[in-house]
Amino acid sequence: MGTLETILSEHPFLKGLALPHIELIAGCASNVRFNKGDYIFREDEEADRFYLVRHGLIALDMFVPQRGPVTIDTIQEGEVLGWSWLFPPYRWHFDARALQLTRAVAFDGKCLREKCDKDAQLGYDLVKRFSQVFMQRLQSARLQLLDLYGDTTRK
Amino acid sequence: MIPRPHRIREIRRDTNDTYTFDLVPADDGPPMSFAPGQFNMIYVAGVGEVPISISGDPLEPRATVHTVRAVGSVTRVMCALKPGAIVGLRGPFGTAWPVREAYGSDVIVVAGGIGLAPIRPAIYHLFSYRDNYGKLAILYGARTPRDLLFRRELEKWRSRFDVDVDITVDSPGEDWYGKVGVVTNLIPRAHVDPMETVALICGPEVMIRFTVIALRDRGVAPENIYVSLERNMKCGVGLCGHCQCGPEFICKDGPVFPFSRVERYLKVREL
Repeated sequence: MGTLETILSEHPFLKGLALPHIELIAGCASNVRFNKGDYIFREDEEADRFYLVRHGLIALDMFVPQRGPVTIDTIQEGEVLGWSWLFPPYRWHFDARALQLTRAVAFDGKCLREKCDKDAQLGYDLVKRFSQVFMQRLQSARLQLLDLYGDTTRK
Repeated sequence: MIPRPHRIREIRRDTNDTYTFDLVPADDGPPMSFAPGQFNMIYVAGVGEVPISISGDPLEPRATVHTVRAVGSVTRVMCALKPGAIVGLRGPFGTAWPVREAYGSDVIVVAGGIGLAPIRPAIYHLFSYRDNYGKLAILYGARTPRDLLFRRELEKWRSRFDVDVDITVDSPGEDWYGKVGVVTNLIPRAHVDPMETVALICGPEVMIRFTVIALRDRGVAPENIYVSLERNMKCGVGLCGHCQCGPEFICKDGPVFPFSRVERYLKVREL
């Protein structure tokens, strides 16, 4: 197993993925690095990749008029950034900005979609993994909406 | 049952609505000793009484320390008091965090909002007896960076080499370069061995419920998860029933419970 395959098989997002599939998707992957302050992608750009974060911290921002960029979530080591590559029209909905030096494995979304179209088991496995991420992020967002630490005496 | 007069020796403002009070006996007698997790009924003359957890170091009993958020009639008046004013204390009451029972284990502390105050005495104990524990992780979430309690202390704890401190806020400001999101997001990557971990949780009840789910998903045994609950209290000594949660009196059977003991009552909305 090459270095990239080893990195992929050890990343929490891909833990348990069959080795042949690791080797298959490694063909769509490359190591990338972002310095503090770098934008990884911007809202409305083409969503042509996603990232497995190996080290660092990324802010997911939404630009709000008169408020500027508002961070709504952060993605850290061991997590995955980006799912808009999965669904048409394949455009990013937020900005992603490195809050510190960040290393990740970037996947070419088009390359991976083509491999998933040919290998249904791979496609199903990846969608299951992303579904877990959707569920966890939705759950977190709902808890944030509750404003749990606010003044509970005010109705 | 009679409040013991205490003088406010010092007040520190923690956030825009939260203050920490150092209280000493007005008769210059010895301060009370307490176990981490216990609370006092604090009486403000002419206004009323309110249960507040002790937030100081049990090994530093020079003053009785309480962290108070100005949210109700009694606490709003108390937070407007000045040093030298007198309040009454009854206590300490309630059960303690299982800090001795956790000897030999890894410990994960999960706190949200003002929940860091009642659990801070346990943290002090963990640090004072550090050699008795395995890995330590302190996870804390607050609404915004301005609502982070004991910020200087958090930074000091974070600078230690023998504890993993992770902080997140629900809503960042302009100058926040840390994590954003709910505190449960910090659990998957906390540096503890779930099979050897005792978990202590303090915060809003919704936060507690989801934290327990995240801990169980991580592999922490249900019998090793402890929570601190709160309810409206009047007597503080298990007589009036105001604080009952099912058959449990929060004032005398709690406020610290093994989660398994109270889990089913937390699912009953009427309680």
